[in-house]
Amino acid sequence: MTAQTLLDKLWMSHEIIRRDDGASLLWVDRHLVHEGSHHAFAKLEARGARVAEPGLTFGVVDHYAPTRGRPGRPEIARMIATLEHNAAAHGITCFGLDDPRQGIVHVIGPEQGLTLPGLLINCGDSHTSTHGAFGALAFGIGATEVAHVLATQTIWQKKPAAMRIRFTGRLGPGVGAKDMALCWIAKLGADGARGHAIEYTGEAVRALSMEGRMTLCNLSIEGGARFGMIAPDAATFAHVKGRPFAPEGNAWDDAVATWSTLPSDPDAAFAREITLDASDIAPIVTWGTSPEDALPVTATVPDPDRAPAKQADRVRAALDYMGLSAGQPLSEIAVDQVFIGSCTNARIEDLRAAAAVLAGRRARVPGLVSPGSQQVKAQAEAEGLDRIFMEAGLEWVGAGCSMCVAMNGDTVPPGKRCASTTNRNFRGRQGRGARTHLMSPAMVAAAAITGHLTDVRPMLAGRSAA
Amino acid sequence: MSGWTRHEGKAVALDRESIDTDQLIPARFMSTPRSEGYGPFLLHDLRFDAEGTPVETFPLNRVSESSVLITRRNFGSGSSREAAVYALVDFGIRAVLAPSFGDIFASNAVNNGLLPAQVDAGVVDALIADLPETGASARIDLADGTARIGDRSITFEIDPIWRKKLINGWDDIDLTHRHADAIAADRVNRARRSPWAFPSGEGHQTTA
Ligand code: SF4
Repeated sequence: MTAQTLLDKLWMSHEIIRRDDGASLLWVDRHLVHEGSHHAFAKLEARGARVAEPGLTFGVVDHYAPTRGRPGRPEIARMIATLEHNAAAHGITCFGLDDPRQGIVHVIGPEQGLTLPGLLINCGDSHTSTHGAFGALAFGIGATEVAHVLATQTIWQKKPAAMRIRFTGRLGPGVGAKDMALCWIAKLGADGARGHAIEYTGEAVRALSMEGRMTLCNLSIEGGARFGMIAPDAATFAHVKGRPFAPEGNAWDDAVATWSTLPSDPDAAFAREITLDASDIAPIVTWGTSPEDALPVTATVPDPDRAPAKQADRVRAALDYMGLSAGQPLSEIAVDQVFIGSCTNARIEDLRAAAAVLAGRRARVPGLVSPGSQQVKAQAEAEGLDRIFMEAGLEWVGAGCSMCVAMNGDTVPPGKRCASTTNRNFRGRQGRGARTHLMSPAMVAAAAITGHLTDVRPMLAGRSAA
Repeated sequence: MSGWTRHEGKAVALDRESIDTDQLIPARFMSTPRSEGYGPFLLHDLRFDAEGTPVETFPLNRVSESSVLITRRNFGSGSSREAAVYALVDFGIRAVLAPSFGDIFASNAVNNGLLPAQVDAGVVDALIADLPETGASARIDLADGTARIGDRSITFEIDPIWRKKLINGWDDIDLTHRHADAIAADRVNRARRSPWAFPSGEGHQTTA
């Protein structure tokens, strides 16, 4: 048999049939739905169809979840009620607002042990790539596809090409998975990995915690890849074991035996290979309106007149929207507020990293810290991180997507600048006219303290970066 | 969804790179039921100023009956929100010609009868340079992958699976139901081969 990649193995074990034209019909092991699935349930209803596998379908309130008290606006309350109603009508387990398991879909899947190596996971959300950190085939789908999965527990998909991004060496202190991701996206472009499934490998990837691996896989979509994956290893198994929905006893042993066969064979071929040296990576911030607009914090705002001819107009438009001028040092950009949250960077390790910088210091600008789930919230409170954030002057709020997508009413006002641990610096993403700079939790904490974008590394002297 | 093979309409240029899904439809409109129509939300914050007045110079405001968009790389990047496609379709757009598209956007487009036609960047440059502000006539031929924009003839790429789907107006759920036996057999096999892949009963209770 020819050598196989992780992608080949996952694909083969889920393919039910392959049509002559190359489209595969794949079995879906887990289907996660959130408030945005209302279009899909409406489609199902229009056909008079039922959910094929309610036991493999899980709902969660996150995109519209209020982070302070109850939903303020009636349309927000309606979105939440619609999901809860649809879940109940179809017999689907739903982690509602009052459920201690509630949180952002890509945080709670792994937390509850719904996300396992070797599974195919779909969700009507592009950051579903997060779950690939466990060695799962996980990808975001649109409403028509969500309706299809609800009705059939399968999905039609053409196999993407395999791509390997290898990070050699070790990350320096104060540099993390967010920086690794922004580094490759800046290098290859926001559409650089389009049509590919990425497998991340190399010493620096192996050294990442599961939280860090999730951050790295989460951002795959910002570089155009629908899939991001890391082969499961001992760290993966240790992270999964004992979680509420994870297998137990004999089933666990069987599972680990299967999962151990998943890593790409040593001589497997990839359609594309990229190698980056992790020890070269500095803390990165974005300056523009696409995640590819990312540079080390030690750099300056790019000059459109020196950009490649094709890029000049876009750079100019981005600087105009962001209110920046060419040549300005990135570390001199003043921010109005900060946000720590989202499926990219609101897991416990992210909060620890931010707290390590903030401990005993005061923030100069206001900000929100929204944990990725109620369990992360409880854990952070048990560790006293909430007090560090509040003593620094930041607001400690409930779990949900919050200011990542500004659907629940948490928005950045027009023209205001936010240092944010989220994943998209698109125009208007955090509210109409909002200016977003993406960076790691430690870097956001540093910006909060100084009031401008700041290299966090000197601020870590004598502290552990968690 | 009904299929189509030929479209005649009006082309307009949107001379920007990376028009992402958050621009195609800002998140605040997404709680609207589809039956109300998503056309007014299309590119809302570019088409309308903060007071809600149409920006006169914006191409879609100049040429309101446009049905073919010609634009630059990485169109529809970002979120999986199918609402971005609903906004285009409800506005009357039938085809978008660009050098590259967000993957999820492109499959959503095809699922709603909207053609994401991939065209060489150089050809897009020429088309945009040629297009008058008032737009130009457009003819798209799906079957042979050609288009005529003004007096320029071009070819475009589309995955053959998608071409077939657009032409036939296929509904995937109907197609899949034809494989119901294979799916059922696969499930039985799977439960036997990898019982671990099914969630354990442990945490599996519905929220009170
Ligand atoms: S936190 Fe942001 S990116 Fe993640 S699922 Fe929520 S809205 Fe999407």
